[in-house]
Amino acid sequence: MAEILVYVDHVDGAVRKPTLELLTLARRLGEPVAVALGNGAADTAAVLAEHGATRVLTAEAAEFADYLVVPKVDALQAAYDAVSPAAVLVPSSAENKEIAARLAVRVGSGIITDAVDLEAGDEGPVATQSAFAASFTTKSRVSQGTPVITVKPNSAPVEAAPAAGAVEALAVSFSEKATGTKVTSRTARESTGRPELTEAAIVVSGGRGVNGAENFAVIEALADSLGAAVGASRAAVDAGWYPHSNQVGQTGKSVSPQLYIAAGISGAIQHRAGMQTSKTIVAINKDAEAPIFDLVDYGVVGDLFDVVPVLTQEVQSRKG
Amino acid sequence: MSLRIVVCVKYVPDATGDRKFADDLTVDREDVDGLLSELDEYAVEQALQIAEEADDAEVTVLTVGPEDARDALRKALSMGADKAVHVDDEDIHGSDVMATSLVLAKAIEKVGYDLVISGMASTDGTMGVLPAILAERLGVPQVTLLSEVKVEGGTVTGRRDGDTASEQLEASLPAVVSVTDQSGEARYPSFKGIMAAKKKPVEELELDDLDIDADEVGLAGSWTAVDSADERPARTAGTIVKDEGEGGKQLAEYLASQKFI
Repeated sequence: MAEILVYVDHVDGAVRKPTLELLTLARRLGEPVAVALGNGAADTAAVLAEHGATRVLTAEAAEFADYLVVPKVDALQAAYDAVSPAAVLVPSSAENKEIAARLAVRVGSGIITDAVDLEAGDEGPVATQSAFAASFTTKSRVSQGTPVITVKPNSAPVEAAPAAGAVEALAVSFSEKATGTKVTSRTARESTGRPELTEAAIVVSGGRGVNGAENFAVIEALADSLGAAVGASRAAVDAGWYPHSNQVGQTGKSVSPQLYIAAGISGAIQHRAGMQTSKTIVAINKDAEAPIFDLVDYGVVGDLFDVVPVLTQEVQSRKG
Repeated sequence: MSLRIVVCVKYVPDATGDRKFADDLTVDREDVDGLLSELDEYAVEQALQIAEEADDAEVTVLTVGPEDARDALRKALSMGADKAVHVDDEDIHGSDVMATSLVLAKAIEKVGYDLVISGMASTDGTMGVLPAILAERLGVPQVTLLSEVKVEGGTVTGRRDGDTASEQLEASLPAVVSVTDQSGEARYPSFKGIMAAKKKPVEELELDDLDIDADEVGLAGSWTAVDSADERPARTAGTIVKDEGEGGKQLAEYLASQKFI
């Protein structure tokens, strides 16, 4: 059976959820072979094996952290050469897409980014993507070389599928370009204790209507009652009320949670581009004419400062 | 020595328009007005700021696209870029990112460069991988997704805000840089700038000028194929209630009925 190379996204050995979703999709196409790089790479093997990885290729080297992108491309290419896979799957993130794209150039393959579904087809994997702010759905294939495809978080369920997951050391020789861009310092993002925005099952976002940085506490309280991530519209971020890392939309994160709650967000195209594929959409807005109400499964026309705190209390008491 | 900056820009259909696909499943450019991709304005802005800081610099804006794409170049020239290069050849129609990047890389090499700057992604394709591909093709350092950028003494430095960390990067020129929408508000063209832009040179290039064969680009030369593009069905109209004191509770009822709480 054909082997499918799966690039592992992990933090010091803790595998991030989108990689496990990717294993579900990889199993539709063949036998998943995982590639884990950097500090803690070998620690990823157990959880990858539980979810279907037949082999786990690992490499640890200082270069992965000290230089941008290229060392990881060199290693992924080494894995590609060693495995001769039928496809390469990579969890979509800004950096991972860059790694995938450079690999594709090197091995002479086409690339598809941000797929939301994958299925086996007669001419190779067929990728479903959302286009034009999710107003269209396309189906595409890689028509040249070994398909390289990046897949967005929340595109497939995580499934247990025990496999061998044998750990093998991957031999990597870095190219002379590997040290071209030096990472001179790195500041880890302060953890909020909330789920990662793109991976969360529930997202609560605030927009212009929140009207001030301090008022985001109201949004955060609702998010925490639901175990949700917090998002913000571009208007709220541009006003300096919430960090850019939490921006949902065209120039921020694109999310596709089970439940998306938009509070004080009008629903401009810029924002819709990042949340329109959410399964269930709920909005609270003072303006009954706001375009967000065209998208909702349930909408409340009202002041978010009246509605959200009551909702938070209801959630807490029902859960309590 | 003069610092040669090439800014890659894209002419895209207006995101606020009714964007769709043409019959050949390429982006429809007929029915929606086009413009300079908003995210590329940040690249032009940073290029101009870097040029202003340098003793001697020249900013060239480069685009690959149909005749109308000239509008995007004019906008960049009116913001203050010095000259423009437009690669326009009907064989390019339908090129994917690999084919387009091939054309851009050849054009960049022909123009000559110390620094290539682009936006973080286009607003139509939204892949965000072109700068990395250009760095790979050109064989120079990739210094991408910067929210702050500085060029000094042949070195480019900048801050890259990632998912889990914020990184300070450093590379020697020549290099490929991309900047995010956090890099700084783009300037509006002044009336003087708009008038001056009319007199600035726009060099027209075709595939022959870049030694690229027609079968390396376009729909046939692309390494991906789109089989179908379907409009997403409109979401079924939801329930909308007016808050008359019970809105929060009603919403909680709804979330409970959907098993979210």
